[in-house]
Amino acid sequence: MIPRHQKLLFGILLLASLVMGVTLWQLRERAHKRLIAGQDSAPTRAPEVAPAEQATLLVANDSDSSMRTQIHSLPLPADPGSRARAVLGKLLDLYAAPDAAHPVPGGGSSVLQVFLLPVPEIGAGAAASVKPKSAESSSAEFRANKSGAAPREQPQTGPQLAVVNLTGSFAASHPSGIETETLTVLSICGTLHANQPRITQVRFLVDGQTRATLAGHADLTRTYLAGDAVPAEGTQP
Amino acid sequence: MSARLVIRTFLHAFDRVSLVHLLLLAFLSCAAAAQPAPPVLAAPQARFVVVIDAAHGGEDAGGSLSNSQLEKSFTLALSVRLRSLLAARGIQVVTTRESDAAVEPDKRVEIANHAQAQACLSLHASDNGSGSGLGVHLFASSLSPAQPTRFVPWKTAQAAWVTRSLALEGVLNSALQHAGMSVTLGRTSLPVVDSMSCPAVAVEIAPEMGPDKKVAAGLDDPDYQARVAAALAAALVEWRSEARQP
Repeated sequence: MIPRHQKLLFGILLLASLVMGVTLWQLRERAHKRLIAGQDSAPTRAPEVAPAEQATLLVANDSDSSMRTQIHSLPLPADPGSRARAVLGKLLDLYAAPDAAHPVPGGGSSVLQVFLLPVPEIGAGAAASVKPKSAESSSAEFRANKSGAAPREQPQTGPQLAVVNLTGSFAASHPSGIETETLTVLSICGTLHANQPRITQVRFLVDGQTRATLAGHADLTRTYLAGDAVPAEGTQP
Repeated sequence: MSARLVIRTFLHAFDRVSLVHLLLLAFLSCAAAAQPAPPVLAAPQARFVVVIDAAHGGEDAGGSLSNSQLEKSFTLALSVRLRSLLAARGIQVVTTRESDAAVEPDKRVEIANHAQAQACLSLHASDNGSGSGLGVHLFASSLSPAQPTRFVPWKTAQAAWVTRSLALEGVLNSALQHAGMSVTLGRTSLPVVDSMSCPAVAVEIAPEMGPDKKVAAGLDDPDYQARVAAALAAALVEWRSEARQP
């Protein structure tokens, strides 16, 4: 048997809890309205649309194992990395089209990023044919580093290494085969070099990680020389 | 009287010595005649070994071909068939796998490089089902040719062999075209081939292309498989004869 005074106390506490909950809800709603009223969400700046420019794409063709140059007009941003990504996106959009001569699912969203870096002094892997720096320039750099100078700035004219970061879904859905994988890799390398001649080397990542092969065949661990991927018109890789 | 005795004794002794000499001479002659004639020293035959690498295997099924056939099964079947053809022609064959087993790429390279082979073939297959990319595709490494050195980088060991690999690719191309097949030549970067220290070519077999540029025979056609294997074997026999020429 519960005493009467305890029943009254429980009822009062329950009522107080309900009142406090309602009060808090009302205070939250008022604060939210004040926040919304203080923001000006009216558009004040029109979105920038990059001007359309001509881009050179090396489009692969499975029927004769060739790569052909195609000129496309598309908006290209000023930033070189974004520009390279936009060009590759267009290339992969062509491959994802239903009537593509080199069908590869995925499309332009398969390129996550393109990073542009100065070519490392010591070529990695197969890119051993990179010309070594002259002794004079090397010694000049050595002197600068020895004297405690700031790290050298990224050169604006030297060769560049493009690191293309692809999505895992693109690699997983890519058709398996030496021919088709090689054509995809070489057309990416050739397209990058054709639009930005400073890009002389290309490496690949998949979801930010190194991956042995694209779909079981083409080596993705090596550095590709982009200039070698640009064939004469209609020739095989 | 004593002089006559001395002469008789001398002649008797001479006859005994002569008889012993004659017997010894006859024995030696017989022994010499019984021995086989000394072999004519010929130039030692160069050892000719072919490595056949059936790509994929185990959990790595490779590409999916028509009729739910897997690339790993096709390459293994072709490897076994080609090995038999080559063995029948007196060519020593080393294979990287004899069953549906997973073999790591580096292990394949180790097998090939230990064999010190005169030809290494990496067998692949593809069928995208779209009727494109038909015929046989031959790929040599895309590495730039380099001079052989004492210490060779693992990942680019093929660079010292690229010139020979291109020559092997040419012989394979001739044999396959002679067998009436459509052949495409190319360069590529395959991890296994790039590390091989032997003349190496990757052979990717797609459905046969007919005169109308359409599929004439699928990969599951036994006759097509047999013709491809026979053409590859003929090419390797030709490669052996070229290798033995001074």
